[in-house]
Amino acid sequence: MEKQHFSYDNTIVRNFSYATLFWGVTGMLVGLIIALQLAFPALNFGIEYISFGRLRPLHTNAVIFAFVGNGIFAGVYYSLQRLLKARMYSDLLSKINFWGWQLIIVSAVISLPLGYTTSKEYAELEWPIDIAITIIWVVFGWNMFATILRRRERHLYVAVWFYIATFIAIAMLHLVNSFELPVSFMKSYSWYAGVQDALVQWWYGHNAVAFFLTTPYLGLMYYFIPKAANRPVYSYRLSIIHFWALIFLYIWAGPHHLLYTALPDWAQSLGTVFSIMLLAPSWGGMLNGLLTLRGAWDKVREDPTLKFMVVAVTAYGMATFEGPLLSLKNVNAISHFTDWTVAHVHVGGLGWNGFLTFGILYWMIPVLFRTKLYSTKLANLHFWIGTLGILFYALPMYWAGLTQSLMWKEFTAEGMLAYPNFMETVTQIKTMYALRSFGGLLYLTGAVIMVVNFIKTIRQGDFLANEEAEAPALSATYIPHSKDHWHRWIERKPVQMLVLSLIVVGIGGVIEIMPTFLVKSNIPTISSVKPYTPLELEGRDLYIREGCNNCHSQMVRPFRSETERYGEYSKAGEFVYDHPHLWGSKRTGPDLHRVGGKYPDSWHYAHMLDPETMSPGSIMPSYPWMIERKLDTSKTPEKISAMRTLGVPYPEGYETKALADLHKQSEKIRSGLKKAKIEAMKDAEILALIAYLQRLGTDIKSAPESEKK
Amino acid sequence: MDTIDGIDIYPVISLIIFFSFFLILTILVYSSSKKHIEYMEGLPLDTEPGEKTQTNEK
Repeated sequence: MEKQHFSYDNTIVRNFSYATLFWGVTGMLVGLIIALQLAFPALNFGIEYISFGRLRPLHTNAVIFAFVGNGIFAGVYYSLQRLLKARMYSDLLSKINFWGWQLIIVSAVISLPLGYTTSKEYAELEWPIDIAITIIWVVFGWNMFATILRRRERHLYVAVWFYIATFIAIAMLHLVNSFELPVSFMKSYSWYAGVQDALVQWWYGHNAVAFFLTTPYLGLMYYFIPKAANRPVYSYRLSIIHFWALIFLYIWAGPHHLLYTALPDWAQSLGTVFSIMLLAPSWGGMLNGLLTLRGAWDKVREDPTLKFMVVAVTAYGMATFEGPLLSLKNVNAISHFTDWTVAHVHVGGLGWNGFLTFGILYWMIPVLFRTKLYSTKLANLHFWIGTLGILFYALPMYWAGLTQSLMWKEFTAEGMLAYPNFMETVTQIKTMYALRSFGGLLYLTGAVIMVVNFIKTIRQGDFLANEEAEAPALSATYIPHSKDHWHRWIERKPVQMLVLSLIVVGIGGVIEIMPTFLVKSNIPTISSVKPYTPLELEGRDLYIREGCNNCHSQMVRPFRSETERYGEYSKAGEFVYDHPHLWGSKRTGPDLHRVGGKYPDSWHYAHMLDPETMSPGSIMPSYPWMIERKLDTSKTPEKISAMRTLGVPYPEGYETKALADLHKQSEKIRSGLKKAKIEAMKDAEILALIAYLQRLGTDIKSAPESEKK
Repeated sequence: MDTIDGIDIYPVISLIIFFSFFLILTILVYSSSKKHIEYMEGLPLDTEPGEKTQTNEK
């Protein structure tokens, strides 16, 4: 058959690789800064734009969507063209994908420190950016599918299935989770409330890990490990099972983020069961990756690329073993809300995503620039310094997590909490926070060494923008073999693949989420739970703006150690007006669900101005700007009517009276503070925050006994 | 669906769906031809289709 001549687009691969390096170093640097802030809170400098609560989402978004995201695009654009024997369908779409994605990242870098956030973890970006993400993601999918349809290789290699599943699952997750009602430009409320919002959020959050940090990287693993080792994957059969089992199971496991919360028990159990089953495909895939190097271990000793890949796949194995472990209720009771989770995600992030990205880049950059890597020694140095960095990061965090959790749960012989002051459990682990920062510094240093190595490599190389290739065109009709393998049907048909993937990932979501929305008794109503007053609602928005939920949970679990410390455990019915929910996932500071009425207003005022005056040794940033700034009430009526649209029972026309009520409540708090000899500014932001904090978890106290259960 | 009664059917349905899906998949995968598998696993490597490099000795 006559061969067609065409070329691969290397420019787009190069651009995404550069972006990966740039945002990788940036995201890690922000990570290092916030790690240092926890060890040395003075580094918050009392400046709102760099306080921990605002930078933490910037770190997570930067490393997930900017570093790993660009890494995905770089790897996919390289491997997809070669696996399909076709140039990307449209250079223009590739360019829109590239520049659009960078623009989204820049808008995150600007908007998150400014306090524009939805508060939903890994989906903090506000609605206009959500729309931009949707558009760019569709552009990526369009470009990928059009390329697949114009391919010269009839069969789709397993890596391509992982890319297809990534595209369709992320599209679904992003759309469902981002359902929000805009109040103004850059402010919106989640469509869902309380328990439902939490379930949707962790269905999303968990599967963002699955379909953004895992499936695309598994696709890259199935392409680049065989490529770097120059031998085929250990078992292609296993990879088929790996793919289908993984995408089927992953989507169900989300509720394991909500064990012992107010989420219905049956949904929690379902999450646990599927998390445990997930171990099988995860380890199947890990072994498939590692065993590909069977008989090539001599190469691993020499080649830094393979070294990075081996540690990456091993870290994947460790993280996916730990995941099911953490989803057991008895383990989760100890690990949840502590630094153990932080250790877990960083083994995955630094080890699996980071090291696989480095491995791919060490292989790909010299190929793109038709030269050898400038220095293998530097690459080896990076490898060792990076590996040490992971250890210095993870070990102190495991130590801190276990220590703190055991201290929270410790009782004296008399049956009292052994450490009733939360602060004692924080000061105990401060050293671990400092050590963790050192681990982060090592890891970042390694990454900088890599960048230097690449700059030198690129300078000595000669970039090949369009790589010539040839392959016969696909014949118009396919003549099936007499005994056709069933899976070929799908390997030839990308559209069927897309639809089937969507069905497989959709089943879990539908079965878990639907009953929570439909079954009324899942969320028993409590008659004394009332909507927030306008001032409290504004205070809640300030809580969201400052990212308080990054360090404080609002979910008292039904353990004696928690009810002793915080009060009555949290009930599903208490959150029915919470758009979005603010349960949080980490207790760097204490839980706040029952903080209402616990301290006088003056305590909160002084504490927000300088936490150390009220709790010596505190690592919380200070919030002087909330004391000096007037509350912006220009959007209050819109917020009230938006909440009513979402089902919060504010009376018709209340938005016209809301402001008067707001000022009245604000004045009441101010005059109360005056009695404690604190001269608060009129209509200061702090007054709204105090109103919200004092309201938290108090409604239930007036509820009839029968409803409290 | 208004009440929680009978919700236990959900986990049961889930298990049945997954188990049958997994079983059928496994049977089908292991009944596939060796030639095809060799072709597929060679796709990322720089060889002409059908040409052998270092195949997995099974």
